[in-house]
Amino acid sequence: MSEITARNKPVISKKIDKFFIGLANAFRFVKRFFQEVWFPPYEFKEILRQCYEIGYRSLPLISLTGFIVGIVFTNQSRPSLAEFGAASWLPALISIAIIRAMGPLVTALIAAGKVGSSIGAEIGSMKVTEQIDAMEVSAINPFKYLVITRTIATTLMIPVLVMYTDFVALIGSFINVNQNELVSLSTFFVQVFEAVSFLDVFSSLIKSLVFGFTIGIVGCYKGYNSSNGTEGVGKAANASVVMSMFLIFIEELLALQIVNAIRYA
Amino acid sequence: MHNEEISKVVEINGLKKSFDENHVLRGVDLDLYKSENLVVLGKSGSGKSVLIKLMVGLLKQDEGTIKILGKDTSNLTLKELNKLRLKIGFAFQASALYDSMTVRENLEFPLTRNIKNLTRKEINMKVEGLLDSVGLPKTINQMPAELSGGQKKRIGIARTLILEPEIMLYDEPTAGLDPTTCIDINNLINQVREEYNTASIVITHDLTCAKVTGDRMAVLIEGQFEAIGTFDEVFTNASDPKIKSFYDYNFIK
Repeated sequence: MSEITARNKPVISKKIDKFFIGLANAFRFVKRFFQEVWFPPYEFKEILRQCYEIGYRSLPLISLTGFIVGIVFTNQSRPSLAEFGAASWLPALISIAIIRAMGPLVTALIAAGKVGSSIGAEIGSMKVTEQIDAMEVSAINPFKYLVITRTIATTLMIPVLVMYTDFVALIGSFINVNQNELVSLSTFFVQVFEAVSFLDVFSSLIKSLVFGFTIGIVGCYKGYNSSNGTEGVGKAANASVVMSMFLIFIEELLALQIVNAIRYA
Repeated sequence: MHNEEISKVVEINGLKKSFDENHVLRGVDLDLYKSENLVVLGKSGSGKSVLIKLMVGLLKQDEGTIKILGKDTSNLTLKELNKLRLKIGFAFQASALYDSMTVRENLEFPLTRNIKNLTRKEINMKVEGLLDSVGLPKTINQMPAELSGGQKKRIGIARTLILEPEIMLYDEPTAGLDPTTCIDINNLINQVREEYNTASIVITHDLTCAKVTGDRMAVLIEGQFEAIGTFDEVFTNASDPKIKSFYDYNFIK
């Protein structure tokens, strides 16, 4: 699939033309993903390898961040609740905040930084060192081997990481609550599960799938279309992170509207 | 004439390619015959690499036709093009070895993706045999980052040979190598022709490489072939000042 390129004479202005051409190429890239993902060869081994790289290797950073978010958020929320004599509502408040928004958002933003940049840089470097061309001339579809595998892996692993972050953040929160309010583990989690509905968990998972897909496809797109040598690789990595984060916030906003519409329907 | 037509493995006519305002190829005609080593010479940016990238479908021509093994590449579907690509080996300038794979995996990758039902024993025999023939059997479990420039070139050539191509395309095979390694690579190019009976196009601006490996030379200047013939025909007593200056630069530098 050849890229759309700018005409010598711009239609509106060079910058605006470039924006729309970029948008069209990104759309074609996503369309190609959905066209090719269903058909063999299925690179299961590479998908598993990517799941390991994306999932397992992100665990230390995700654990630390989730834990700290749990502690800090609990600590910062306490004074406001205590003012109304509602400090006992802390587990409910924290669980709703973490499961509905903080967990998916924090995990996705960290993954966009860690995984998105790494995918952008890896594929970008393969592009500028002609490794992608080498696959094509060997009659191997690089899109299937590189893009589809990585995007599937991020789409599968981000929800798993989000569940893990939720759990670690709740543990962090519990430690803080336990120290201050002397609440036991079972009481804490009873309150947590009473506050959280099926819609909260389900919407959080669906949102995480979308975040994962975004991180994977953006990283791959930026890497796949990088140029200008090593400078291009750096730019691809950077653009992957910036674009992924931007899209994640937009998606979070949209998800909030959709879930609220369902909740209050 | 009839025999000549049969033995032609590549036939290029009126090939044109531009990048925006930069007209890289301005109507190139070229034939490659069976078992022949043809060297395409030219300065950097003269369109040598573009020419072979057009041949394997990495780029699309603006005008002209490329016939490889009797098939016009512009009329092929992706599936047909991929089938044809299996008969063409492309050795990249920077080797293009897959960084995340060992040497063994680099060689196995095109083989296992394109030839199904091979046993582990058959794969091992092929990989080890090829590494033996390029003189690097001990590198089998090494990563590309651990190899020298010359070793990478050899492994890159071995990887293209694993599918037993009928045509080899070498993009600047001696670029960036020391003189001794250049000699090794030149010998390897000749050895590949003898062992695999391939027809080859060697892209280079290195006249020593051209002289050692080439049966015929084709000099690409400003998007067109200025001279095609044997080394002596093209360079000895060259009257064209552009070709003369190219020759003088290479041997006086």
